[in-house]
Amino acid sequence: MGVLTMGVFPGLVGSGSYDFAMKLAKAAADKGHVVNIWFSGNATVSVKAHQKHLKDYSTGEKYLVELLEKGVEICTCEACTISRGVQKTESIAKIQWNAMHWYLSKIHCADRVLQIGGE
Amino acid sequence: MADVKCAFIVQRPQYKGETSRLALTHALSYQTVEVLLDDGDTVTPSLCFVGEGVLGISKGQNAMAPYGINSSELHVKNCLLVDLDVYVCKEDLEKYGIPEDQLPDAADMEAEKTINVVPFAEIEKIMEEAKHVLFF
Repeated sequence: MGVLTMGVFPGLVGSGSYDFAMKLAKAAADKGHVVNIWFSGNATVSVKAHQKHLKDYSTGEKYLVELLEKGVEICTCEACTISRGVQKTESIAKIQWNAMHWYLSKIHCADRVLQIGGE
Repeated sequence: MADVKCAFIVQRPQYKGETSRLALTHALSYQTVEVLLDDGDTVTPSLCFVGEGVLGISKGQNAMAPYGINSSELHVKNCLLVDLDVYVCKEDLEKYGIPEDQLPDAADMEAEKTINVVPFAEIEKIMEEAKHVLFF
């Protein structure tokens, strides 16, 4: 099995790319691959806990909790996140907070890297 | 002990969207990644500007006064200061009418590196040699 590292930058709402990234991560984890996810840019808002899943909007929390339970490592860019007013105390449990070098370190150990760009 | 080469390909203007700006800051973070790696392991990014990515890196920017943010010019200069290899596509500069002397250097910071203006074929070669290619 391989190691997949994904950099996810799009916002949770307004782009299908975020949903695609989460579903791809789940598929890879279900196959037994090691998956690492780095959130940066607008994607960082998705780490906020207590999201209400309204049917007209995407939700991140449901996917993220499921991925964490599967052992996927998920880390959010602390600077990107707090700049958007989301504090660590409000975060979904077990999501890591770190700086950009976390992403590069997971790129170092990855067999494949997928950079999912934002807007 | 292994070095992993990465090509960061910036293809959008830095003031239109955030992602292309984040390419610069992520590339800069190679300076501190070793704290999370085993001894001797390194990551070496090459930062390449192509297409519309060449539009936001001219010198003389003043993003701080009107917007209160660091300019992408400053980020490019910081990249040069920390010895990151920065490449700009020659054909795309010509396409948008940007003269090479409009690109910044970091001589005032005493950086040793300068921007490399290269044909796209050279950037293709960088992508081929990299283990991972990331498009921003």
